[in-house]
Amino acid sequence: MMYGYTWDTATPLAYAWSILPIILIGLTVTLKAAAAGFAIALVLGLVFAMLRRSRFRSVSWTTACVVEFLRDTPLLVQLFFLYYVLPEYGLTLPAFLTGALALGLQYSAYTSEVYRGGIEAVPRGQWEAATALNLTRMQTYRDIVVPQIVPRILPAMGNYMVAMIKETPVLSVITVLDMMALANMIGERTFEYLVPLTMVGVIFLILTLVCSAGLHRLQKVLPKAGIPLR
Amino acid sequence: MQWVSYLPSLAQGALVTAWITLAAIAVGAVLAFVAGIARVEGGRAVSTLALCYTELFRGTSLLVQLFWFYYALPLIGISFEPVATGILVLALHVGAYGSEIVRGALASVSVQQFEAARALNFGRMHTLIHVTLPQAIIEMLPAFGNLAIETLKLSSLVSLISIADLTFRAQSIRNLTLDSAGVYSLTLVGYFAMSLVLMLVMRLIERWARRGAAFPRAAHS
Repeated sequence: MMYGYTWDTATPLAYAWSILPIILIGLTVTLKAAAAGFAIALVLGLVFAMLRRSRFRSVSWTTACVVEFLRDTPLLVQLFFLYYVLPEYGLTLPAFLTGALALGLQYSAYTSEVYRGGIEAVPRGQWEAATALNLTRMQTYRDIVVPQIVPRILPAMGNYMVAMIKETPVLSVITVLDMMALANMIGERTFEYLVPLTMVGVIFLILTLVCSAGLHRLQKVLPKAGIPLR
Repeated sequence: MQWVSYLPSLAQGALVTAWITLAAIAVGAVLAFVAGIARVEGGRAVSTLALCYTELFRGTSLLVQLFWFYYALPLIGISFEPVATGILVLALHVGAYGSEIVRGALASVSVQQFEAARALNFGRMHTLIHVTLPQAIIEMLPAFGNLAIETLKLSSLVSLISIADLTFRAQSIRNLTLDSAGVYSLTLVGYFAMSLVLMLVMRLIERWARRGAAFPRAAHS
């Protein structure tokens, strides 16, 4: 019994049906973790991308190194690092937030590259034209750069979001009760892993197929030239 | 200087990580080529089968796959050694991603190349081996480089099925010494160093391939 649901191991089908509510509770945790992680990645990635473009060599170089380091080390180890080391410095976060932070950190390295690619794809002439028109840096970004890069970076961002959803099961190792953790716990108690683990796999498959189809639609709907903000 | 005492154990773990990563890359590359070529060249049944494999392993999480092969499969009577399971699942996972790279690169070879091969009365196999693949492989290499790094990073998950890789050793040392900052910093640096080496090797392979050394006939004819 878990969350008030009892399981029935008479037949695989009855078993699957009886644990479905538990797995779905885990699914909401999985989705929340991915959403929180992705929000962090979107913001932090933008910060990294801006710092990378800094006029000061020391800033841009340091950022490049940090991004490279985040990108080339495993999420699992970063997760352990945050989970065990942060409390030593007095910062004790709930496991869920630590997990979201780790996901966000790892993916901010990816999103910063997407932002950078998007910004660099804006032709030099447009920056020069903006200068010639006496637009401030803020105006240039708001009215010229952002409207053009949004449709350009959305597909890549979407792909990373799907990838992130698939990485959330890793959070189960730091006691986040996501789908994977619950499936494992059910398996430990019933000695029957096949059904719960297969269900988690199938739900992930459905989730990614739906997300990919949605992204494909989005790509078709988006205007190619840019989104006018006003 | 307590951390110096961790080094021998971590180094042993790093060797396991390196072995699993390299084995998974090798097996994964074979799977990627088989599935990728099947998608492009195969008949309806073969290419659908390859598509199913790709979607199945790209669409589910690696950790789910690992646990499924480690905990669930033995229940229906199929079991391997943990290390074999780790390598197999990792290879299946990255092979699925690799097959998309192979398919994309093969699809990007220009139509004229096929027409020329047809005009010269080359068979399908002959065209594939001597015309399309040599050009496509060069295009695949940067993406394969990224995938190799990804494999190294993902290999850390095999520690969760009790394989004594770098991450597993780090966990054991931490449980003994409680020196989290030292152990995990060292581990992260270890993975970073291995990534850099892998990246360097992939760059060298790419440079060598682009120079035409790998496929002299393709480059000059």
